[in-house]
Amino acid sequence: MSAVVVGYVPHPRGRAALDHAVLEAHRREALLVVVNSSRGDALVDEEFLRGDQLRALHDELAASGLQTEIRQPVRGRDVAEELAAACTETGAELLVIGLRKRSAVGKLLMGSAAQRILLDVDCPILGVKSSPRES
Amino acid sequence: MAISDLLGGFADAITPVNLLFALLGVLLGTAVGVLPGIGPAMTVALLLPATYVLEPTSALIMFAGIYYGGMYGGSTTSILLNTPGESASIMTALEGNKMAKAGRGSAALATAAIGSFVAGTIATLLLALVAPTLVQVAINVTTADYFALAVLAFVAVASVLGSSPLRGLAALCLGLYLGLVGTDVLSGQERFTLGIPQLSDGIDVVVVAVALFAVGEALYVASRLRKGSVQVIDHKGGWLTKEDWRRSWKPWLRGTALGFPFGVMPAGGAEIPTFLSYATEKKLTKHPEEFGHGAIEGVAGPEAANNASAAGVLVPLLTLGIPTSATAAIILAAFQGYGIQPGPTLLTTEGPLVWALIASLFIGNVMLVVLNLPLVGLWVKLLKIPRPYLYAGILTFASLGSFAVNADPLDLVILLGLGLLGFAMRRFGWPVAPAVIGLILGPIAETNLRRALAISDGDLSVLVDSWFSRVVLLLALLALVGPVVLRAVRGRRATPAEVAQEQEEDREVQTAANREGGTP
Repeated sequence: MSAVVVGYVPHPRGRAALDHAVLEAHRREALLVVVNSSRGDALVDEEFLRGDQLRALHDELAASGLQTEIRQPVRGRDVAEELAAACTETGAELLVIGLRKRSAVGKLLMGSAAQRILLDVDCPILGVKSSPRES
Repeated sequence: MAISDLLGGFADAITPVNLLFALLGVLLGTAVGVLPGIGPAMTVALLLPATYVLEPTSALIMFAGIYYGGMYGGSTTSILLNTPGESASIMTALEGNKMAKAGRGSAALATAAIGSFVAGTIATLLLALVAPTLVQVAINVTTADYFALAVLAFVAVASVLGSSPLRGLAALCLGLYLGLVGTDVLSGQERFTLGIPQLSDGIDVVVVAVALFAVGEALYVASRLRKGSVQVIDHKGGWLTKEDWRRSWKPWLRGTALGFPFGVMPAGGAEIPTFLSYATEKKLTKHPEEFGHGAIEGVAGPEAANNASAAGVLVPLLTLGIPTSATAAIILAAFQGYGIQPGPTLLTTEGPLVWALIASLFIGNVMLVVLNLPLVGLWVKLLKIPRPYLYAGILTFASLGSFAVNADPLDLVILLGLGLLGFAMRRFGWPVAPAVIGLILGPIAETNLRRALAISDGDLSVLVDSWFSRVVLLLALLALVGPVVLRAVRGRRATPAEVAQEQEEDREVQTAANREGGTP
């Protein structure tokens, strides 16, 4: 079975990515793999789902009627590496990621995860922006 | 008399520069208190090289701010993350985290902060009242008596801190040994210098303290970089209600009453009084059913106790020159860096400095209670810093500071060597504090011992000549034998430190479980 991988974080851009990934998975009748990774080197990582947030995601995916899988790898690797690994493992035909506006200085200092993903991941990538009023 | 001196101290402490240093100190102190593994002792050690360029008053005001700030900051992490930032906040985590989980995080943070303020203010006032009186007594202390006091401090700290008296004593001996390195002042003989000329001045305290605290901790964290993060609980929720105030004020006062005397006694800092305060509140509460599910008394009492003991620790430091906690030992080293020897004469020779320091504690306390609550969001953000970045910064500071002492590359080699030792001590459960206290108090104790022996012509009986030294040495013996006997008589869980340790282990297991629970 083919697979659609989506990188999810609890932000508007992650939300938008997830919505589009659900649509794409329906269209392709594919397995939906939701990746929510953490590098695990900070004491607090608010982008890592747990507790109520995680349950809500489970319920939502169950309600979508798709075959789904949630992956939460914490292996000291950054998000680009984790998504690349997930795409290779599942033989994904599409990766969906959320994008946001970044300043030049911000990109210079922190780098851009999206850019790393675009360059490193071997399957086609769908970039989604959150709707303007939300972001 | 004390009041007018104190007012003079306020006049010195309220200068814009000193206020700025107090602010810097409390901000830094809170930040390091929030971050687990980084405590006030490490921070003051890292900042010791700053004493070369700063006025003594400014530097000591900043250090005192760090010391107090650390006590405030620890509560934030305990309550919101169930991960105590430092050992004095272990008890706070028990009830505070439950309160936060029940949506009363703000109330828990508020009772901790206001309790700390109340306790800190009362205890600092006590410090200002007690110190001049104690100096009157201390002025008559002979060299032999002083040696006895140092022995008591050594033994008490070694047997109370850490998981076992044996490990504590071993760590103490390590510190005493490091303090021996260098040229003997009386005979001019070189001791343990291995023929290296740079060692004839001894190993600098800055290098040892920074190595044991900063490098040791950085290596330890690197060795077990925990994969995975913990959940931070939202601190929204209601402010203190009238009911909360009613239930909090008595624990605040009781915590102060427990914390201050324990700080004054050479019994090793804030762990025991926070434990006792928690136990007392649990016994006295009218809501026993709430304990274990977020009772506000269980936050208010221990938090007050740890701040009161922080002020108490300054009493023996300022009146006798005896440090009873790791941070106090490093503040003592800062005094020595300025050529000031804390002891009975300190209040007369350096009166304005001491009173400015005490006044700045009041000011720092006010700053802390004002800053702490609005800035909780900022403190939590600190916890999002990836630890590799944080510890890389600490290591840079550590190397810079150690190199700045003598501009000698050998110091960096020693830094790394002792840093590995610090790592090994953490790895095998040896407490670091006794080593630092041994290192700093050891040479002072030695000087006093040798003076006493020189006066008596080598007759050892001079050490037990006065009633004062007899009583103190007897107490030291009790502190050494007591825990062992108690353990033999009552089985495990004999001393508060052990029970606290056990609770800490439970907590470790629990947080580990939480962590795993995060990834189903």
